[in-house]
Parts: sequence; structure tokens; C-alpha cells
Amino acid sequence: MSTTALRARRVRGKGAGLGLLAWLLGIAFFLPIAWMALTSLHSETDAATNPPSFAASLTLDGYREFFGAGGGASPWPALINSTVASLASTLLVLLLAFPAAYALSINRVRKWTDVLFFFLSTKMLPAVAGLLPIYLFAKNAGMLDNIWLLVILYTSMNLPIAVWMMQSFLAEIPVAVIEAAKVDGARLPTILGRVVAPISLPGIAATALICFIFSWNELLFARVLTGVVAETAPVFLTGFITSQGLFLAKVCAASLVISLPVLAAGFAAQDKLVQGLSLGAVK
Amino acid sequence: MTATTTAPAASPELRTPVRRPSARLRAWATRAPLLPALIFMIVVTQLPFVATLVISFFDWNSLYPDARHFTGVDNYQEVLTDPDLRHSVWTTVLLTVAVVLASLVLGLVLALLLDRRFRGRGIVRTLLIAPFLVVPVAAALLWKHVLYNPEYGLFNGLLHYVGGPQPDWISNTPLLAVEASLVWQWTPFMMLILLAGLQSRDHEQIEAARVDGASDWQIFVHLTLPHLRRYLELGALLGSIYIVQNFDAVFTITSGGLGTANLPYTVYQSFYQAHENGLASAAGVLVVIGSIVIATFALRVVSSLFREEVSRA
Repeated sequence: MSTTALRARRVRGKGAGLGLLAWLLGIAFFLPIAWMALTSLHSETDAATNPPSFAASLTLDGYREFFGAGGGASPWPALINSTVASLASTLLVLLLAFPAAYALSINRVRKWTDVLFFFLSTKMLPAVAGLLPIYLFAKNAGMLDNIWLLVILYTSMNLPIAVWMMQSFLAEIPVAVIEAAKVDGARLPTILGRVVAPISLPGIAATALICFIFSWNELLFARVLTGVVAETAPVFLTGFITSQGLFLAKVCAASLVISLPVLAAGFAAQDKLVQGLSLGAVK
Repeated sequence: MTATTTAPAASPELRTPVRRPSARLRAWATRAPLLPALIFMIVVTQLPFVATLVISFFDWNSLYPDARHFTGVDNYQEVLTDPDLRHSVWTTVLLTVAVVLASLVLGLVLALLLDRRFRGRGIVRTLLIAPFLVVPVAAALLWKHVLYNPEYGLFNGLLHYVGGPQPDWISNTPLLAVEASLVWQWTPFMMLILLAGLQSRDHEQIEAARVDGASDWQIFVHLTLPHLRRYLELGALLGSIYIVQNFDAVFTITSGGLGTANLPYTVYQSFYQAHENGLASAAGVLVVIGSIVIATFALRVVSSLFREEVSRA
């Protein structure tokens, strides 16, 4: 008896040690973000000291500077562009992906696995492979520096992921529910809107969040295809690439403000995030 | 609709021809919801690639548009013999392999730790996910200015306290600096996938093995790792897809300098800054060929995962 008790205590001791290790690693991974947050609240002179000043007084000057108080470029147009591009493309993705997922999971087309793999394969085509023709097309069509071109490209970037995710969510809906609706004489739009959508709402929400995150984060297309008018938040951030010392608090404030929508969306969808990012293959 | 209603009357004695028109109609009705998405993807992703393929056979600098002419495979020859480009191929391979492997191993350690019950597990999980949720450009700026800066960066600040050296991280080890920032961003992603894998383990089997006297290490090697294999493959595959295409970190931290230019950055530079449309396209096509090699392997992995999913359903 005493040996089992001893073993149990040893196991519990080891468990506590491993729990502590997990805490330490968690803090280590979070430390850069915490440090960025602290730096964003320091004055520029306190931010740029070595060794770092932990006890410096806090100020919101970095945030005021970021929002253009010091005469710098206002981030608002870029933030609004990012919001419009991300929301519009997410909506378009859902409108296209939802019926497609229905055809790939509930009322299945023939060779549906091949179609699914076609969608996935477009994800493996590097963005740079089509960038030049898209740039030339946009230039000739007068669509450079146009937010709606980004909306179309972000939709093509997220559509494959959305189709995969949604088909895995819809596949879980019992066929009997759909059959019953059909027997009642419901046609496709009714089935999609009134039967399938309400059941799969959590899955649709998770898909929307992930599409929003990827659109919000995108840099390459936005950098090449936009300029003054349609500049997005990540492109605005690239303005800080060469900034030296003097603007450290402002850089940190900018990075945090622009990351905030993604951090909020990601924390809200923690569980669904895995399933979505692994294209529904992991549950 | 008329075809479906008149067909049965035309040949009532044969069953198969009777059903064919209506079956065809039904097949189209089944396909209809899929078509908008399919057509959209083909137009927006496949057509530009075909155009890239065509442009890659032209000598075309956008600063001298009148001198544009067909050159066959010259661009490919130039791309393959250009030492800078060959170096960027090597950089891409190094960057991808190093980041995927390091973040997989770290992610596995973290997933194993988080799979256990301990006080505050939810908080630690949230802390660990955070790096993945910082906008990539912001994360790259954070590493470049806030952590790596030799004068006021956090790393040298901490080293200062212990009286250590004050290295210039980005100048001394540029590729490693980019890789470290990417490992920090991608480890949480690997951890999430592997954690999902760990939580789908058969706990009765593990209990049985423990009763039979198997040690933690034996259980890990003989039960956990084989079970995790497919999740490790999935993490490696998805990580590779994104890291091969990485642009943000290279662009932000080193601007492709100091030998850190990977293929996406090089393609970007050759058409955006050097205006060499033909060369850039040829390089782009080569990136795609490389991706197809990875993808062929990758699709096999996914389809094995997928087949299991289908058979389970």
C-alpha cells in the first residue's frame, strides 16, 4: 500500500514539475508580446534604452503618435481599407463556398474527392506564380490601387480553405434532416438557407473568422497592387521597416492596434481554429 | 423539365433509357451549387498562371516594352545559371526545412505538456497561441526592432544584465534571425494540431499498456508517436505550404539582404524592382514546379488522412 502511495506522490510531484515547465514555456512564448505592449506604453526615450527600463512611467503617447497626432500619416484609411477588404472577401467566400460545400458533402457530385483536391491544389500554387499577370491586367484595366481587386484575390486565397472546412462541417449533418425537407417540397435555396445554414452556423462562423484573419494579414498582393488609396494595414506597417530607435513606442503601438482584430478573433475561435487551419482533417 | 416528363412515355418498356435524361438533369442540378466556386477559382488562379507560363518564354523588360520578343527557354537557362537565384533556391529550402522541423519539435513538446492536467492550463494555452495571432508583418517588426536591435533590443538588454556579449543578431546570423521569428510564429500552429491529435488517442489502450507495466517512454514511442504520425505529417505539410511562400518575414526583417532572399522575395524583386517580366515569370514557374513536387507528396498524405475520415463516416 505504502509503495503505491509513494508512487502516486512521485507522479503528482512530476506532474507539478511539468505543469511549471509548461507555465515557463508559455510565458517565454508570450514575453515578446508582453514586452511589445509595455514598450508601446513608454515614452520614446524610455523605450530606446539599454538596459531596458522596467519602471519607466507609462504614457499613451505612442498610441497618439500612431493615430497621427504628431503629423504623421493617419492609419485610419489603411484600417478602413483592411476592414472593407477583409469583410467583403469573407462574405464573398461564404456565398461561394457554402453551396459548393453542400454539393461536396450532402448532395454529392460524382468524383467529389477529386473536386476537393482540386481546391486544395490551388492552395499549393504559390501566390507569386500569378502575381505578374494579375499586376499587368490590373494596370491595363485601371484597377491598380483598387480595394475591390484585393477583395477578389483574397476570395481566391481563402475559398479553398473555406470549401474544405465547410464540407467537413456539413458532412456531419444527418442526411435524414435534408431528406425530410425535400419530401416537404423544399427547393435548393430553401434547403440551404432554412435547413443547412442554421444547423451549421458554428462551422460557418469559424470559417468566416479564419478567412477574415488571413485577409487581414495578407501583405504580398496588397504591397504590389495597392499604393496610396487602397493601402491596407499590413502595408501601412511596412512603413516602419526602416524606422530607427526614435519611434519604437509608435512601432509597438501600431503593431498591437493592427494585430488586435486578429488576436480577438483568434482567441474567440481557439477550438475551431485547429479544425479550420488543418482543413477539417483534424477534429 | 419537359424531357423528364415525356421520356417515360416514349419508351415505357426499357428502364435504363427512361432514366437517363432525368439522371443527367439531376446530375446538373447536383453540380449547380458547386459551379460558381469552381469557375471563380479557375478564372482567378489558373488563368494567371497560364499567362505567367506564356510570359516566361519572352524577353520582356517593362521599361523597354518595344523590345519584347520570344526567346524560348532562355529565361529558364538564365534563371538556373544565375548564382543569386540558385542561392535563393537553397535559402528557400533551408528556411522551410529548418522552420518546419524546429516548430514541429517544439510544438510536440508543448502539446505533450498541455495534454496533461495542471493548474491554469487554459491560460497557458492562450499565452501559447498568441504568437500565431499577431499579424505577420507586426511580428516581423517586433523581432526586428524590439528584440534584435543591438542598441535597445530586449535580447541584448537581458544579456546586459548578465554581463553577456552584445551581438548584432540580424547582421551576424541573418537567416537564423528570420528563422527564429518564424519558428516563434509557427510553433503554436503545430502545437494546436498535435494537441488535437493527442486528445484523440485511445485512453483505454494507454491504461492497458500502463497496467502491463509499460513505462511513460515506452508508451510514448510505441503508442503515442505512431498515433501522432499522421498529425505530424499534416502539420509538416500545411506548415511547408505557408513557409515556402513566406514573404512577410524576409521582406520586413532583412529586405532580402545578407543572403536571406528566398524565391518568393526574389520573384517579387525581379519584376517589381528590376522590371524583368520574363525572368520573373520563369522563376515563378520554377517555384511552382518545386511546389508541385512537395504537393504530390503532400496530397498523398492528406488523402490518406481523408480516406480514413471517409471510412469512419
